[in-house]
Amino acid sequence: MKLKIYRYNPSQDQKPKMQEFDLGETAPGMMLLEALLQCKNSDESLSFRRSCGEGVCGSDAMNINGRNGLACITSVADLKQPIVIRPLPGRPVIRDLIVDLSGFYQQYRTVKPYLVYNDPKPEVEILQSPEDRDELDGLYECILCACCSTACPSFWWNPDKFLGPAALLQAWRFIADTRDQATEERLASLDGPYRMFRCHTIMNCVEVCPKGLNPTSAIGKIRQKMLKQSL
Amino acid sequence: MTIPKRQFDTLIIGAGGGGLRAALQLAQADASVAVVSKVFPTRSHTVAAQGGVNAALANVTEDNWHWHMFDTVKGSDYLGDQDSIEYMCRAASRVVYELEHFGVPFSRLDTGKIYQRAFGGQSQNFGGAQATRTCAAADRTGHAILHSLYQQNIRAKTHFFDEYFAIDLISDDKGFILGALVMEIETGEPLLIEAKSTLIATGGAGQLYRTTTNALINTGDGMAMTLRAGIPLQDMEFFQFHPTGIAGRGMLITEGVRGEGGFLVNSDNERFMERYAPNAKDLASRDIVSRAIAIEVREGRGCGPDKDHVLLKIDHLGADVIKKRLPGIRQSSITFVKIDPIYDPIPVYPTAHYTMGGIPTNRYGQIVVPEKESPEVPIPGLYAAGECACVSVHGANRLGGNSLLDILVFGRAAANHIIGYLKENRYHRPLSQESVDKAMQRLTRWDDKSPGESVDEIKNELKKVMEDHCSVFRDKQVLKDGIDKVNVLSDRLTDARLTDHSKIFNTARVEALELENLMDIAKATVVSAHAREESRGAHSRVDFTERDDVHWLKHSLYYLDGQLEYKPVRTKPLTVDTFPPKPRVY
Ligand SMILES: Cc1cc2nc3c(=O)[nH]c(=O)nc-3n(C[C@H](O)[C@H](O)[C@H](O)COP(=O)(O)OP(=O)(O)OC[C@H]3O[C@@H](n4cnc5c(N)ncnc54)[C@H](O)[C@@H]3O)c2cc1C
Ligand code: SF4
Ligand code: SF4
Ligand code: FES
Repeated sequence: MKLKIYRYNPSQDQKPKMQEFDLGETAPGMMLLEALLQCKNSDESLSFRRSCGEGVCGSDAMNINGRNGLACITSVADLKQPIVIRPLPGRPVIRDLIVDLSGFYQQYRTVKPYLVYNDPKPEVEILQSPEDRDELDGLYECILCACCSTACPSFWWNPDKFLGPAALLQAWRFIADTRDQATEERLASLDGPYRMFRCHTIMNCVEVCPKGLNPTSAIGKIRQKMLKQSL
Repeated sequence: MTIPKRQFDTLIIGAGGGGLRAALQLAQADASVAVVSKVFPTRSHTVAAQGGVNAALANVTEDNWHWHMFDTVKGSDYLGDQDSIEYMCRAASRVVYELEHFGVPFSRLDTGKIYQRAFGGQSQNFGGAQATRTCAAADRTGHAILHSLYQQNIRAKTHFFDEYFAIDLISDDKGFILGALVMEIETGEPLLIEAKSTLIATGGAGQLYRTTTNALINTGDGMAMTLRAGIPLQDMEFFQFHPTGIAGRGMLITEGVRGEGGFLVNSDNERFMERYAPNAKDLASRDIVSRAIAIEVREGRGCGPDKDHVLLKIDHLGADVIKKRLPGIRQSSITFVKIDPIYDPIPVYPTAHYTMGGIPTNRYGQIVVPEKESPEVPIPGLYAAGECACVSVHGANRLGGNSLLDILVFGRAAANHIIGYLKENRYHRPLSQESVDKAMQRLTRWDDKSPGESVDEIKNELKKVMEDHCSVFRDKQVLKDGIDKVNVLSDRLTDARLTDHSKIFNTARVEALELENLMDIAKATVVSAHAREESRGAHSRVDFTERDDVHWLKHSLYYLDGQLEYKPVRTKPLTVDTFPPKPRVY
């Protein structure tokens, strides 16, 4: 199996280069993360983030043959060779496949991603019907991997002003939660030409989300809700 | 070289569920808290927990904390400390309701209450009918909890040091722990974090084994740091093998699958757990189910071409239940073995899962060590909580759903104790330069450019040695050989070198530091296992097949120099009667 991997260490390299690795015959059912670990075994300077190995921690998002995804749940058998691996696009590269996600996290913080409940808390759980709880499916599962936002053209062009699909999905996650009591503030803070309205429903985000989530639809729902409120 | 310094009231090392629950409690009490984590907080391994967290809410079946306590003591094979267990089981409902108020999207019952499912080792009425005690958010409970806790910490304005690696604890001349030396991974630069109190919440050491449900970051760093500070580790011989890891791969298939009605079969298509645990069957305690699977395979009733695993059947639950309650494990099974459990059974085998042992603490999260007058003297200002700690609520075998509970209850309890401690200890003490220098040496040792063996090779061998010598079944000779082999690897590690000496995001250097930690934990584990000549919970000796309460109803304490000591189990609960040891049948 052959891979071509983006390499760049700012303290040593003038500019990035692509390094080739040949792993020979590989075990059936191998995931890309295992292949990368083998590459690292032969060249320990190759750097990438990883942890859980099963698609739940969101560490190893990268650009795989031109498409963002998680290495640990991408089967190498399904990939055209040589497998070309680059860091997530549109973010400053710290080293090799590691990008600076601080802006991405800042956008997440901007939407106040936490449940706001102002009434005195009951001694037991706040009740929620199974149907109301179903509204959170497809939202709460986000692992903050950044595959979506770094695939979004509006985000590339306006990274400071447009919140990007991941943050907006979380904004909707709390608006959609029947327990949350800050809907109006949340909607007000998303108004204006940029923060949300830069989304041109290009759907790149939906296409790449490794968890099968749909930020575009969440953005649509926020818009609908705003419209209803303004009527 | 002067190392930059930051000062906080409290340093928390670890941003998993334990660390974040503690941080939230402290931040809400207006203490200045620094949380250091080697990965961005939501990437901590708590995120992987699937099945749920135990609390006797009685939303589905009648239940109360005392029954939960009984199950936990029995599950621990009577090695659990009954004061801590009573404390945990009493606190459970409150802690889960708090989580719900923090925003955790628990699944719901038609009544609107939190959904609960059955898990192994749970009973009503002290050993009666199956209880339904595990509170769940589908099969992504850990994800739901970790994200909600992180979110509330954002709200509480906790200081986060994301992608900082803690190297070692720092003390003053008198031996008080006053924070830690950490390294910013992105720049490779050291930083001293000074604190009046320090909480270690670094999680488990599942990377000890080759096939494991644990993330690559679970390398027991905090336990090793504590060992190096002269503190012993408790009960390290007790390592849990989860019955149902995906065979050969290790990804976990939650016990919740069996709680929802799934069961195990061997190559004769026999539901073999009925033979080993006539009442609880597939929901017997984990140690028992794991041993049963290992025996089935050993006696030739394994499945597949190599007859090396058994099958977990759930197709009879129907597509709706599987999609609604178990979507995550269905996805894992499809991704990793291309099997859709709606139609076909999942191949499973016991897989390294959970570190029952760890840093000895009392129920306030204070780290305790033996001194002349008492086996458990608290070290001022130093705390541990979560999987790295040993309170001990799990004793020789942890019940499913009790770890998330443990990390939350004792993360919170430690924070509450710290709040009191800070009132009485208002000022920072001067650090000892010697202790800083010693910690720095751990880092600079890897700058040595002379030739030497690579780290990766040694790590792979270590994991293989542990798997071959310290697994589900153990005996004297196998363990003795294990000790010898680990010692050889440990010597080799002192001569290992890096080829990459760059500073920026040098993951090879982080892995080298992690392997040093793992090596100390491996020694603690095999040495403690070799010494314990009985079978109890997860520690199953072929040469000593019975539990021996006369000689071995005691906790082991392993010191860095390889010495072992023992201390009594706290068998007296807080208010109720002791549960005396009884034969354990399920
Ligand atoms: C796959 C799986 C499923 C599970 N399912 C369940 C379940 O359903 N129910 C249940 O009760 N239990 C379950 N468990 C067990 C439970 O999830 C864990 O025991 C628990 O989450 C551990 O939490 P923690 O806070 O102690 O540690 P972790 O969540 O592991 O966090 C450790 C933290 O320490 C940090 N850290 C470690 N070393 C360093 C260092 N040197 N420097 C800086 N930071 C460091 C890490 O970055 C991380 O933030 C499961 C475990 C696994 C592996
Ligand atoms: S749909 Fe909107 S958010 Fe998604 S990629 Fe397109 S512009 Fe970005
Ligand atoms: S929405 Fe999907 S792609 Fe985007 S951060 Fe969340 S999990 Fe990743
Ligand atoms: S390593 Fe956790 S998502 Fe891939």
